[in-house]
Amino acid sequence: MSDQTPQAELIRQSLKKRYRKEKRFRLYGMLAIAVALGSLLILFTDIISKGYTGFIKTTITLEVPLDGELMYLQDPGDSEQLAMADFQAPILAALQQHFPEASSRQDQRELNRLVGSYAANQVRDLLKTQPALLGSTKTLEFLVHDTVSVYVKHADNPAYSIRLSEQQRRWVDQLVAEGAIQTSFNDVLFSRGASREPSNAGILGAIVGSLLTMVVTLVIAFPVGVAAAVYLEEFAPQNRLTDFIEVNINNLAAVPSIIFGLLGLAVFIGLFGMPRSVPVVGGLVLALMTLPTIIISSRAAIKSVPPSIREAAEGIGASRMQVVLHHLVPLAMPGMMTGSIIGMAQALGETAPLLLIGMVAFIVEVPDGFFSSATVLPVQIYLWASSAEQGFIELASAGIMILLAFMITMNALAIWLRKRLERRW
Amino acid sequence: MNTTVTAGTAGVSERQTATAPQPAREDTAVREGVTVGMPFADDPKFRLRNVEVFYGVDRAIKNISLDIARNEVIAFIGPSGCGKSTFLRCLNRMNDSIDICRVKGSLQLDDLDLYDPKRDVVELRARVGMVFQKPNPFPKSIYDNVAYGPRIHGLANRKSDLDDIVENSLRKAGLWNEVKDRLDAVATGMSGGQQQRLCIARAIAVSPEVVLMDEPCSALDPIATARVEELIAELSESYTIVIVTHSMQQAARVSHRTAYFHLGHLVEVNQTDKVFTAPEHSLTESYITGRFG
Repeated sequence: MSDQTPQAELIRQSLKKRYRKEKRFRLYGMLAIAVALGSLLILFTDIISKGYTGFIKTTITLEVPLDGELMYLQDPGDSEQLAMADFQAPILAALQQHFPEASSRQDQRELNRLVGSYAANQVRDLLKTQPALLGSTKTLEFLVHDTVSVYVKHADNPAYSIRLSEQQRRWVDQLVAEGAIQTSFNDVLFSRGASREPSNAGILGAIVGSLLTMVVTLVIAFPVGVAAAVYLEEFAPQNRLTDFIEVNINNLAAVPSIIFGLLGLAVFIGLFGMPRSVPVVGGLVLALMTLPTIIISSRAAIKSVPPSIREAAEGIGASRMQVVLHHLVPLAMPGMMTGSIIGMAQALGETAPLLLIGMVAFIVEVPDGFFSSATVLPVQIYLWASSAEQGFIELASAGIMILLAFMITMNALAIWLRKRLERRW
Repeated sequence: MNTTVTAGTAGVSERQTATAPQPAREDTAVREGVTVGMPFADDPKFRLRNVEVFYGVDRAIKNISLDIARNEVIAFIGPSGCGKSTFLRCLNRMNDSIDICRVKGSLQLDDLDLYDPKRDVVELRARVGMVFQKPNPFPKSIYDNVAYGPRIHGLANRKSDLDDIVENSLRKAGLWNEVKDRLDAVATGMSGGQQQRLCIARAIAVSPEVVLMDEPCSALDPIATARVEELIAELSESYTIVIVTHSMQQAARVSHRTAYFHLGHLVEVNQTDKVFTAPEHSLTESYITGRFG
């Protein structure tokens, strides 16, 4: 009886200590989350603040006199004349209507630099398709030069105006005040392939290239990975050979991705003679890279199916195949899909192996098939980020946002699919 | 604190004094391959001779010979690790999935040699169904659980045939009235007792000749246990039932014969009432009187 009080006291003290410990532990956890969230927030703020202007395009609306004499063009149907004609002249004339004082050669050159270098092509294409317009005056909308674009979009930041002369800045300010230069949503970004001029560059080519590559990766990596996992887990005998295979699969998951690029270069392009820069080869390389991830996660998913289910099926007389196909694979499917989508997301963001198989090439056309030259999102971002023009920097950030949006979509899809599959049970 | 310790010591010494004066009988030692009582029957369902099971180098079952008669309920009892579950699992080759497990001896179901290398276990398991310790319904609907066996064995060609099989099996398992309105409900949402009866319905849906039950009530409450025991009595009219149980009361209630296993030996097989009232072997007596186990 006498030693009961001290013991209760001891317990109370140890409890106090325990509560303190628990509190500290919780605090560490919250700190860790705060650090993670903070980093994420900084990353997003940086990317979004730099990249949101990538989603804005700057256009200039001009009254263009489509005068034949000005362009040295009599017959728009004649391809030889079309090739020789000067389509920049009417644009210059239209600009000079706004600034009659700019008449010297120097002034003209500076005026010409306000519009994008594809503006003349736009006039040519218009006349080619509608020859009847020759001689009339047409209101046309052109993309401005990217130096003008970044100046307009960052009017309050002098760092973005260094590429323009003082005179050009005055002109642009006046055009903005008159409403001739306007900003709007950048549909060019989503409708075109790469370009050497930032204001004309789009990411559609890279998006389509990424999608085509991902399709190839998924079609190869998922069935092969699941089949390998099922075989290793259910049918393979336990011996040296399977141990060796298992060790190697785990090793492959840790191999730097650029090695897979070298392998793809040597095997698919060198040995099999497949073309360079095409989504099929990119997809094959990424499939090899994703396979270990899919195999490992699929095996874990199969292992996590309770053995009682397997016994139940075997006890009723299901063959090994039936046990696997009717019970194990459906029950393991959510886990397998999670692993696969994580692998695919990894592949979607992969750059290094694709550089080696030529998917880093400058490709203007949007790819139209698995065997046409293409580039992918992360490579496009890499190309833009390493370019000098200020316009490309914001495009790189915009590209990152698009890539992130794709990844979030994929992960959301994974969660949705998992929920849907689980609801059946 | 002190009181508790003293009480514990008292308990231990009590036990020791109770066991000490037991006279050492002649048959305390188990002789390999010798089973007292009546292990054999005329025209048996299972004819098992000199069965030995090895896990790697461990001999888990030591030279057991036993007949299991038609339409009898035989209970396997014995302390943990005595090999009763291992022996049960030989009867439909559920041990096959354990790589290191080897079975020797002659095991026959009617004229069928169970361990014939050419034997397809699928056919065997359609004739010898099994119910497990933990209820293990598939995470599918109640209907699909029962229909799974008939489906994979191709027992029903039409939907209506399958419906009949499902209804009959559920009726036999005494579950029909409880679930007839919710056959599409997920089986894992039922109570433990219902799940176990569903597993029994699933096992008998393929019309097996024998049903093996591996401690079927150990995860159930007393009321669900009583329900399953009733069911075993009903099923014994049309099936041969082999049941492994930890509960001697259960063995006494449901079985016709009882087999007592000890460290891989089959020590005694007798009519159930004889085993529990007048055991022939001293080890059996020690076990049923609760001296170990």
